[in-house]
Amino acid sequence: MALAPLLDPLVIDPRDRGGPAQPLLIARELRKHFPVKGARGKSVQAVDGVSFTVRKGETLGIVGESGCGKSTLARLLLHLVVPDDGELVFDGEAVGTSGGIAINALRRQVQIVFQDSYSSLNPRMPVRDSVAFGPFIQGRKKAEARDIARDILAKVGLDADLFGPRYPHELSGGQKQRVNIARALATGPRMVILDEPVSALDKSVEAQVLNLLRALKRQLNLTYVFISHDLNVVRYISDRVLVMYLGRVVELGPVEMIFDRPLHPYTRALLASRPSMDPARRIEEPPIIGDPPNPIDPPSGCRFRTRCPFAEPVCESTAPPLGEWLGMTSHIAACHMQDPGSGHSRAGRA
Amino acid sequence: MDGSADPPLVEVSDLSVEFVSREATVHAVNSISFAARRGEVLCILGESGSGKSVTLRSLIRLLPRNARVDGSVRVNGRDVLAMGARELRDLRGGLVAMVFQEPMTALDPVYTIGQQISETVRRHIAGDRQAARERALELLELVGIPSAGRRLDAYPHELSGGLRQRAIIAMALSCNPQLLLADEPTTALDATVQVQVLILLRRLQRELGMGMIFVTHDLGVAAEIADTIAVMYAGRIVETGPVAQVLSDPLHPYTAGLLASTVHGQHRDRDIDAIPGSPPDMRRLPQGCSFAPRCTRRSAACRTIVPEPRFPSPGRMVSCLNLPVRVE
Repeated sequence: MALAPLLDPLVIDPRDRGGPAQPLLIARELRKHFPVKGARGKSVQAVDGVSFTVRKGETLGIVGESGCGKSTLARLLLHLVVPDDGELVFDGEAVGTSGGIAINALRRQVQIVFQDSYSSLNPRMPVRDSVAFGPFIQGRKKAEARDIARDILAKVGLDADLFGPRYPHELSGGQKQRVNIARALATGPRMVILDEPVSALDKSVEAQVLNLLRALKRQLNLTYVFISHDLNVVRYISDRVLVMYLGRVVELGPVEMIFDRPLHPYTRALLASRPSMDPARRIEEPPIIGDPPNPIDPPSGCRFRTRCPFAEPVCESTAPPLGEWLGMTSHIAACHMQDPGSGHSRAGRA
Repeated sequence: MDGSADPPLVEVSDLSVEFVSREATVHAVNSISFAARRGEVLCILGESGSGKSVTLRSLIRLLPRNARVDGSVRVNGRDVLAMGARELRDLRGGLVAMVFQEPMTALDPVYTIGQQISETVRRHIAGDRQAARERALELLELVGIPSAGRRLDAYPHELSGGLRQRAIIAMALSCNPQLLLADEPTTALDATVQVQVLILLRRLQRELGMGMIFVTHDLGVAAEIADTIAVMYAGRIVETGPVAQVLSDPLHPYTAGLLASTVHGQHRDRDIDAIPGSPPDMRRLPQGCSFAPRCTRRSAACRTIVPEPRFPSPGRMVSCLNLPVRVE
């Protein structure tokens, strides 16, 4: 497929305001609790004080098990779900405040691709119209929007004449996900949030879509937030990785550090739970036992303590801080064993 | 692996399953043959629409009414396709039990776990209420459910996903099946829970000496649990063999492609070797080898001839016209 770059990576994006060192997105203490119907005062603590940055041009991988809040977090970043508390800063401008960047303007620059490729497309609209809809709604003329759709469909590897007039049900899962990627890219975003974009696809098609995402990132100078439960995929695609457990960040660092020298016992357990792909090296003992607890009533202190083999009284009484952010390659974990002053007997040794 | 004098636990030959509707006929399973032995785990590996689940369900005729089944299925020497309704009811949950993918929908939400297990026990093994309840408790302990006595009176929604799947396994084991059918039993579970259930199933299969047929789309899961692996594509078995051999030395180009396209430690700066194209429409299968349109090894003959199975070494089967030179 022919792919002409929209933006030369060497030329600075005219929309770039803060310069290359300014993180594209800063999330500070984001919080979202969903009230539980019929249970007074109870709420699902989906995201509970999450802070991180996304640098220009990187892929930040977010991993965690079901119920850890990763999908809620994705929606918070676009204000598809309005945070209860916390702050978002996009390229130096606070989101949704006077003097900052408006939500609509944010959504022009940040787009999202969801896991379920079928339900994210309008079943009664030919896919070229779905792709053209974004640019049209954002003020382009109809003919212009159509041209953009043609161009972008070609970029995701779909012949616009052949596939453009089709309806979602006439496409395979992989083709539908390509359309969703095209739809997200049609407004010319700088950042794309990919929420389990390949999880519903067969392995042979998953590889095609991952290759496509990597190529598009290079050609269009994009920044990705890539959410997945598949650690192998996250390792392949991410520059940095954020590990979530029950609504909180437990570890954050460069991809090699997370995979080769994980600090948090949860990250270690998660890595050790990966099938080996080698029948001669099967997992003989479960790395951790039990299921993740219910996010309605999370454990006090460190939320992982109920499944952690190293839990001590301090883990129950005090929530461990995430550690201090130190420069570009910083690798931090929210664990009392990382903090020499925490009072944990293994502090500073693990 | 002796016991060659014994008839295989499962013997399937020339099984075809079609789903007929007014608009089209879906050729879900196309003339497959395989066998499974006692005390062994056979993994059927395939992508969505490959016919792996339909194959599994055919073994106990758990198919919708519009299914047209052809060929022969023998379990423990008995012809399943010829069974009457009563025989079939005795077979299901008795000699053969099944574990499904979705632990919530496979349990009845309005009965407790204990009631549901007891019901199965009493259906197949006569016994009073109390004996059945004791058996249920014993089963919950067998599958490693903590505080089993309390969990007996729990409703499905009160259990976590992992515990629910354990309860389903307990129910499946309640009548000492000789054959356990598992349809992606760990796919809906989290990674840390999936590995626990895999280890449990492996342990139970070994301790109870059951045969197990395990359907999955995940190569990693297959590597964890299988003794033998059968790879399905477009309703046909394209390759069979001992799991270590198939994964380290795949003979069929689809198996090789699947291994190469599964992300596991590939270099970050290189593209993954994806299989081009997408699986065929099961309503309109191409002539010849169904994988030919996506295959890098195809020759002109592949478009017209459905390859016959070949047996390059003991225990291995592959259906491909163009095997690697080393095998020829």
